[in-house]
Amino acid sequence: MPLFSARVLVSLRPSVLDPAGEATRAAAARLGVDGVSKLRIGKAVEVELEAPDAQTARAQLELLSDRLLANPVIENWTLELKDDSSAGA
Amino acid sequence: MSLGVVVFPGSNCDRDVQWAAEGCLGIKTRFLWHEERDLSGLEAVVIPGGFSYGDYLRCGAIARFAPVLQEVAAFAERGGRVLGICNGFQVLTEMGLLPGALTRNQKLHFICEPTGLRVEPGQCSWLQGYSSGEVVNFPIAHGEGRYQADPELLKQLEDSGQVVLRYCSNPNGSVGDVAGLTNSQGNVLGLMPHPERACDPATGGVDGRRLLASLIG
Repeated sequence: MPLFSARVLVSLRPSVLDPAGEATRAAAARLGVDGVSKLRIGKAVEVELEAPDAQTARAQLELLSDRLLANPVIENWTLELKDDSSAGA
Repeated sequence: MSLGVVVFPGSNCDRDVQWAAEGCLGIKTRFLWHEERDLSGLEAVVIPGGFSYGDYLRCGAIARFAPVLQEVAAFAERGGRVLGICNGFQVLTEMGLLPGALTRNQKLHFICEPTGLRVEPGQCSWLQGYSSGEVVNFPIAHGEGRYQADPELLKQLEDSGQVVLRYCSNPNGSVGDVAGLTNSQGNVLGLMPHPERACDPATGGVDGRRLLASLIG
């Protein structure tokens, strides 16, 4: 079965306060990096998944992202499904 | 009267709940290991505080899939009484039994201190021993207790009387000072503060007793 690689990026929704991001932004100024007007912390989740075809892989990854990796109440997610041309059969 | 207390790998308030219920109030308790599916004979279930499955990914996100919680969801659906304390509240929101989410405290610190709460019992069966507007003192102990809901949802919860516990002095940045919520039927309660740590006079106060005593009212 083909192996698909994907990266799921999970970020806090814009309306949700990110205190860890704010603390990191303050540290950037202490490092001497001025002018950082926005810094928000999310997660990058790397996934490898076996599926019969790309369409099924995408559907499974979307389910995974929406129901487990992100909490839609507070987070958004985007899915990057890599080209499977190199995947072995 | 028999009370079930869920035990996940990483729970750390399960025995506190047992002591408060059984040791202080004489309510028979039974531990429910996370793989348990048998809730027979139980009249209420507590999801206690701690760090279920290490709280990896998000607090309560992995616990949501525990076999015992599939049964607890059905139990709540049938009108069974469910109480989620601290991590248990986070689990209830991840399960969708209560709306909203719990996020990192505004000032990032893990806060462990006694906290004043204003009670509006409404229809919540767990809080019928308290009067409307009464102020009680329960300890809090959490790093991720900032309740988050969009303004529309918050208004809806307030209008329907589901915001049953509010901080007198908001310690964590929760919207609407929300410390505890009930569902629309009033049988499910989730709260960040620890009523079970306010049941034995040895720990400094007994304001939490009436919450658990509602089971034997």
